[in-house]
Amino acid sequence: MYLRKNIATSESGFIFNPATGDSFSANPVAAEILRQLKQGTGAAQIKEWLLESYEVEPLRLERDWDEFINQLKEANLLES
Amino acid sequence: MKKNYESPVIQKMNGGLMNKFGTRTEYEPVKQIDGVSVQSLMAEFGSPLFVLSERTLRRNYQDAYRAFSTRYPNIQFAWSYKTNYLNAVCRVFHQEGSWAEVVSGFEYQKALGNGVPGNKIIFNGPEKTNEELKLAADNGSLIHIDHFDELFQLLEISDQLKRKPRVAIRVNMDTGVYPVWNRFGFNYENGQAFDALKKIVASEKMELTGLHCHIGTYMLSTNAYRTAVKKLGDLAWKCKTELNNPLQYIDIGGGFPSTNTLRGSFLPGTDTVPSVDEFAEAISNQLQELGYGSTDIPLLILESGRVMVDDAGYLLSTVVANKRLSDGRRATILDAGVNVLFTSFWYDHPISPAQDFTHHTEDQVLYGPLCMNIDVLRQSANLPLLNRGDKVVVHKVGAYNMTQWMQFIHMRPNVVMIDEQGKVHLVREAETLAYIEQQERVPEHLEKISL
Ligand SMILES: Cc1ncc(COP(=O)(O)O)c(C=O)c1O
Repeated sequence: MYLRKNIATSESGFIFNPATGDSFSANPVAAEILRQLKQGTGAAQIKEWLLESYEVEPLRLERDWDEFINQLKEANLLES
Repeated sequence: MKKNYESPVIQKMNGGLMNKFGTRTEYEPVKQIDGVSVQSLMAEFGSPLFVLSERTLRRNYQDAYRAFSTRYPNIQFAWSYKTNYLNAVCRVFHQEGSWAEVVSGFEYQKALGNGVPGNKIIFNGPEKTNEELKLAADNGSLIHIDHFDELFQLLEISDQLKRKPRVAIRVNMDTGVYPVWNRFGFNYENGQAFDALKKIVASEKMELTGLHCHIGTYMLSTNAYRTAVKKLGDLAWKCKTELNNPLQYIDIGGGFPSTNTLRGSFLPGTDTVPSVDEFAEAISNQLQELGYGSTDIPLLILESGRVMVDDAGYLLSTVVANKRLSDGRRATILDAGVNVLFTSFWYDHPISPAQDFTHHTEDQVLYGPLCMNIDVLRQSANLPLLNRGDKVVVHKVGAYNMTQWMQFIHMRPNVVMIDEQGKVHLVREAETLAYIEQQERVPEHLEKISL
């Protein structure tokens, strides 16, 4: 799973898709995930890192993760 | 230490469109009410929880009183019981000097129970039984007649009364605000109101003391009150000159808006509603134009309800769950629904998280806990992401909720009042199954169940 190559992300959570002209804002957890996805980090590794750094239960994270990936797909931000 | 977690989300930004509300007030965390922490209130009294601020109740009364008393020399407020008849609330207003305004025998008894002398109770409403009328008449209460049948009802029982009942009539009229409220009282324009007044005076069985109107609620026009005063003033003048029966008071009812935002309106209420001062200015100016001398100016009675209590009431609630709806909208489920927050049918109540959060916000629909489609607290609120267990504060819920709430699916929660010293008092206990069922009777043949 990779973020599309041309997607621009900023540290403050601003995302821009030059192909469609759409821009998005991400909350801090989302911005962190996007940064790591952009670097090519794998899903399992990102999740592990989230569990270590944030106050969150594995079950909850699993659920949120699926939903978040869906959001990225719908927003056309993922490499198909 | 681990960082606070919040579900990851992205949100599409609309090319530079301003947020509809233009302010961030809805998502400033509200961690305390009158200096008492929201978390501690909920820890002690549960969730959901109604909280009343005695300081705000008194301040609202004093502000409204000042607005009128500095402009007109003879005024009296009467607390509109149906707006919030928790005894603690009523007593705050009675301590401040308010009379009672009631619309049923039940409310009448409550007012007596709160220590209001009978001659300081205004009895409004379209339904009064013979027993209730007799009691009110004998107590010297101000009986506001709603229709001809009630006028005849009073005449019929007049022989059984210890004294002449003190009466006024409720008048309805066109004040330029639509729809015209013509359901209650006698109409001004078609002469019905003056007819009723003539009948009362001619009967010699009642003491005609005043005139009453209540032209609507959440009124946004000060001019409507000018018109109402003008028309009541005209009737009062005719009572004096044609019926030789000068009146003691003009009661213009309630209706001043609180700063809540009506559902679906584009601008928040704080930006659109006239202040009590503006209403006071319009009403007093018009009263002065009626031409009374300093010795016979009528008493002005006000029955303001929502403007006195709305912003003194808070509803604290807990997030039960989050959902993504099939159309992509985010939904947050709270443990308080329309069963306790009846006014969410007509207001977009402001809602604030009670804890810190990140800057990210999203439009979301807020549902209550009822398994019913009608249970929507806000169709759309721009709020930060709330996690299960997070707390929220719903604002401006003091009017009409603690009376119109329903015991539907859930029981009604605790209500506390924070006094002016910051001490918290339980003023209505949460309901229990035993409380609900104590009125029920199970027929004998239904006692046994075997499944
Ligand atoms: C007769 C009467 N007086 C006063 C009130 C209080 O009105 P408000 O809350 O709009 O001030 C009402 C409410 O409907 C009413 O019917």
